[in-house]
This record gives sequence, C-alpha cells and structure tokens, in this order.
Amino acid sequence: MQIKKLTTLACATAFATLSGAANAQISGNTVKVGVLTDLSGTYSDLAGAGAVLATQMAIDDFIAEAKPAFKVEMVSADHQNKADIASNKAREWFEREGVDAATELVTTSTALAVMKVAKEMNRIALMSGPASTPITNEQCNDVTVHYTYDTYALANGTARAVTKQGGKTWFFLTADYAFGQALEKDSSAVVTATGGKVLGSVRHPFPASDFSSFLLQAQASGAQIIGLANAGADTTNAIKQAAEFGITPKQSLAGLLMFISDVHSLGLKNTQGMYLTTGFYWDRDDATRAWSKRFFDKQKRMPTMVQAGQYSSVLHYLRAVDAAGSDDSAKVMAQMKKTPINDFFAKNGQIRDDGRMVHDMYLVQVKKPEESKYPWDYYHVRQTIPAAEAFQPLSESRCPLIKK
Amino acid sequence: MEIFGVPSALLGSQLLVGLINGSFYAILSLGLAIIFGLLNIINFAHGAQYMMGAFVAWIALTKFGINYWVSLLLAPIVIGALGVVLERTMLRKLYKLDHLYGLLLTFGLALIFEGLFRDQYGISGQSYEVPELLQGGVNLGFMFMPIYRAWIVVAALTVCFGTWFMIEKTKLGAYLRAGTENPQIVQALGINVPLLITFTYGYGVALAAFAGVLAAPVYQVNPLMGSNLIIVVFAVVVIGGMGSIMGSIVTGLGLGLIEGLTRVFYPEGSAVVVFIIMVIVLLVRPAGLFGKAV
Repeated sequence: MQIKKLTTLACATAFATLSGAANAQISGNTVKVGVLTDLSGTYSDLAGAGAVLATQMAIDDFIAEAKPAFKVEMVSADHQNKADIASNKAREWFEREGVDAATELVTTSTALAVMKVAKEMNRIALMSGPASTPITNEQCNDVTVHYTYDTYALANGTARAVTKQGGKTWFFLTADYAFGQALEKDSSAVVTATGGKVLGSVRHPFPASDFSSFLLQAQASGAQIIGLANAGADTTNAIKQAAEFGITPKQSLAGLLMFISDVHSLGLKNTQGMYLTTGFYWDRDDATRAWSKRFFDKQKRMPTMVQAGQYSSVLHYLRAVDAAGSDDSAKVMAQMKKTPINDFFAKNGQIRDDGRMVHDMYLVQVKKPEESKYPWDYYHVRQTIPAAEAFQPLSESRCPLIKK
Repeated sequence: MEIFGVPSALLGSQLLVGLINGSFYAILSLGLAIIFGLLNIINFAHGAQYMMGAFVAWIALTKFGINYWVSLLLAPIVIGALGVVLERTMLRKLYKLDHLYGLLLTFGLALIFEGLFRDQYGISGQSYEVPELLQGGVNLGFMFMPIYRAWIVVAALTVCFGTWFMIEKTKLGAYLRAGTENPQIVQALGINVPLLITFTYGYGVALAAFAGVLAAPVYQVNPLMGSNLIIVVFAVVVIGGMGSIMGSIVTGLGLGLIEGLTRVFYPEGSAVVVFIIMVIVLLVRPAGLFGKAV
C-alpha cells in the first residue's frame, strides 16, 4: 500500500517535471500581449478598438497556423494619450500580470515613456501607432520595435513628391508639441534638399478647433504649399476651413500625417487631389483586400495603417516566440530581427538594430469623388517608395546602438 | 501699410476672425450666465449640449433629409427638451446644496453624453456642408470673407441681444429676475417659480444647441468638440462676472478679438491668453468686469 502510494507520487512528480521541462522557456506557459492604446480620445479611430481587434486577429491566426504548445492571451487598456498613465499601466502589466510585450502605443509621449519601462523590466515594446523619429534615434533601445511609419518616412514621401511636382515654396501649420515640431523639421529638411524653399511657419496650440487665423497667415505668406504638420482633428479642421476661406485651390495643402480615417471623415470633396504617404492601403492588392475585408466585417471600418501594422507586428512577434521556443526578450528580439517579414503588410520587411522596421511605403493621391467606385475607394497609389529609400538611413542614425 | 510689423490687411482680417470666434464665446457664455444667474448651477454639461446640438443637425440631415434652416430651430428644441427633463429629474434636487454638487452632476452628465456619442460615431467627426444659400464668400479687399462666417456673427448677435432684451426689458424677464431674488414672495404672488426655472434651464441649454448648429458646417462635428471649447467659455463667464447677462456677451466678443490679435503677434500664446486675462481680472476685480460684488 505504502509502496503503491510512493510510486504514484514519484510518477506524478516525474510527469510534472517532464511537462514542465517541455515549456520551461515560456514563463507560465503563456505569452501575454498587452495592447496599450487610445481607446477614448483623439486617436481612438485610427488606433483604439480597431488595434485591439487587429491584435486578436493576429493571435487567432497564429494559434490556427502554429498550434503552439503554449497559451496566448491578450489584455488591453486605455492610456488616454498620457505618458504617466501609460508607463504606470505598462509597469503593472510587466510586474504583476506577466505581460511579455506592450504593443501599439499611439502618441509619441506614451511610446517614449513605455519603452523606458520595457527596457528596465527587460520586456518588449512593439510600436505601431507613434510617429516620432526619436524612438529609433536618441531614445532607441534594444527591446523596442518601431513598426509602421515615422515622421521621417512621411516627410520623405509627401514633401519630396510635392516639391518635385513644382510645389517649391512652403509654409507650415504646425501643432505646437514634440510631434508637430519633429514633423516640421523633417519636412523642411526634405523641401530644402529637393530645391524648395520654406517661407515660414505658424505654431498653433494643440488641440485647436479654429484655424482661420493661422490659415490667413499661411495665405498671406503667398506660399504655393501649406504643409499641415499636425494630426487627427487638427488636420481635418484645417483642411475644411482652408476650403471655406478660399485658400484652396489657389494654394495647395499637403497633409503630412493623414490616415484613411481622416479622409473618410472629411469626404473626398474636401480632400481630393491631396498627396499623402502611408504604410498600408487596404485596396492595394489581393492580400491586403482579403485581410481588410475580414477586419471590416468585424469593425465596420476599413483598417488604418496603424491597425494593419499592429496585426503584422503581433503576428511577427508570436512567430518569433514560437521559433525561438522562448519568451525571453533577448532571444525573441534576435529572432525577430533575423527573420524577414513577409505578409500582406510588408514584403521583405526588416527590423534594424536601431529598432526601425523598414518596409515599402506608398505615396498615394486622394481620388476625386467621381473616381470613387465603391465604399472606401479613396486612393490612387502613385508610387511605391522602396524600403531602402523610405526610412532614415543608418548612416544618419543618432541611435547609440548603431556603431559607425 | 504695417502696424507693429504686421500688414494692416492681415491685422484687419484677424480682427474679423476674432469677432467670429467671439460670437461663439458670447452665445455659449450667455447660456451659462443665465443658468448660473437664475439657477445657481454651474452647468458643466454646456459643452456636451453644444456638441449634441451639432449632432442633431447632422443626424437630421443625413438620416431624415432635414435641412440646415429647420435644424436651426429643431436642434435647440430637442436638446432644450432634454435639458427640461434633466432639470425636472435631477438638477431640481440640488438647488439647496452647494454649487459643487451641481458642477459634479453636470460634469458627470457631460462625460456620459460624450461617451455615448463617441461609442456610436467614433472620434474623427462627421462633415456637415455649408447650406447652399450661404456658400461662397465676398472679397473685402483685405480678405476673403466666407458668407457663412458673416452669418454666424449676425445670427449669434441677434440671439444674444434678443435674450438680453427678453430678460432685462420684458415682463417675463422681470418675473425671472424676481423669482431668483426672492422665490417665496414671487410664488405668493401667484407665479409658478419652479416652472420658470425649468424653462430657464431649457432655454440656456437650447442656446448651446443653437451654437452647435451654427458651428456644424465650420468644424468637424465630433463628440469632443464641446469639451475643447467649454473651458475657455467658463473663463469668459468668470471674466465677465458670473451671472451677468450683458457682461457675458460683451466679454465673449472682446476676448474673441484679443485672442485673434494674439494669434498674429504670438500664436503659441493664443491658447492661454484668455486665462491670463482671467487671472488679472480676478486679482483686480474678483466679481468680474460686469459682476456686482457680493
């Protein structure tokens, strides 16, 4: 009797040890992805609930394709575009809830705060939403991936194309905070380098609703192009009011950061002919259409580049965990960096040592209302900007991780 | 010709734009001042009610094909009626308590309203076209003046001065003022004071909704459009003197002009200039420019 009991116990122990050994590399046998995004504020349409949905889709697709031995869970929270809320939440997730990666992180200030916490706790930060280049320059670290786009790529696409097409004189309407100033600086550099001239700029408070004063100053400058170095509701209000005051079409607007959700909300009548740079357009090819239709069925809106990038980054992360057989940050980062990204979002995308994911970007022009044949048929893809040209070259990098 | 290094044409156009924004401040702060003056309620839901006015116009147009001119009347009635319901069911219970309770209740209501609309319509906002009759603009020589903006000034000022006239010069207004001074005596004279107060809150809210419809074609109609504006409007009311009818109108217009000038000379400061003035006024005249010291 005694012996039988002992045997059972020994067997049980052996079994537990064995099954534990099989998954020793994945803590708690669970990979937990946290989506930290703006669920209620000014960026909630371009990221928000759609980014949460994209994450869930990535997890579902990963489980279906890889049938992993570990579990994958998702948590999400609203960071309200506030850096302190974002970093507190990330810390709580990492310390107490076993979250392996904090993702999305729209709004530069929240992104910068969370990537510091991630570094401190040795977890991973995947950034699809934020725009500013310091993430992969001055502030760069080895646990962060900046995935979808950045201000350099936007300026490089839109400002270059518009200047080359004859828009030689520029005036900037700039949101008066870190992101707007970065966008203005990057764009001015491109305009000057392409042979254009910057006549001036005006910094408006963020957020603002009435742009007429600022637009009249832009008008008085006589510049051919008014560059909108702002985002979200600021951009849409400025575009609408420029038409009202008869500034367009005499002078042209260049939206330096516009999402398809902005075009959708303004309508083609107000935005037709505008150039913009994007990392993703749902109607580009069969693969983008197939994924976007799945997204649309659930969300009732077509995905923005942030939401598509969120799916791609989370899927790439989960595949890397699976391939590395570990959720250890260093191993997963190494795996992610060495594997090229090939899905509907990116072709041969590559994560560099500064954390920048480089992939093709697209210069698109907004269609005229009569050219739009079906819902969300908004863009002509005018040019594919190859990955090698789209992003800041490593030779210009200010990231300490890059040895020159 | 230049004034302080700024071309006079630019300065002129900025003053005009300031006047337009001032009209919005005037009509919104007027509603707040009436509600505070007669009910002693700090109506923090004013911005949300302004937003709902714009949304009623947008929904009426896109879902029911009801045009702008009808909405200009319809939205204030709908939102005003909602205000009446709020007053009857909730605010009424707070009159005897400290101001703070009314502020907290209306602030909570504002968050709920904004949350509901955000959930339903998202944050990017909806486009509302300028009505056909008011499209286009006139060249004033120094600027291109959209006709719709001129209409905003005319409509807002007409409603503001109409309201002032009604409260200060008519018998109904006299009842209202008397009712707030001494409700017991007025009630004893056979006037239904609670009804008057309900009507007043409904009217204040209707003013906000009216401003919302005026704003719909100029700004994107979005759930947070009111919350951005309401803080400035509160500052306007404080500067003008809490509860002063004429004070809120004049201050609203004046601050619009000052803000317009700031946008030329120091654009970065245009968001705070109103608050700097508020601090100065509170230091020098704590009851506000037009308020009576208690």
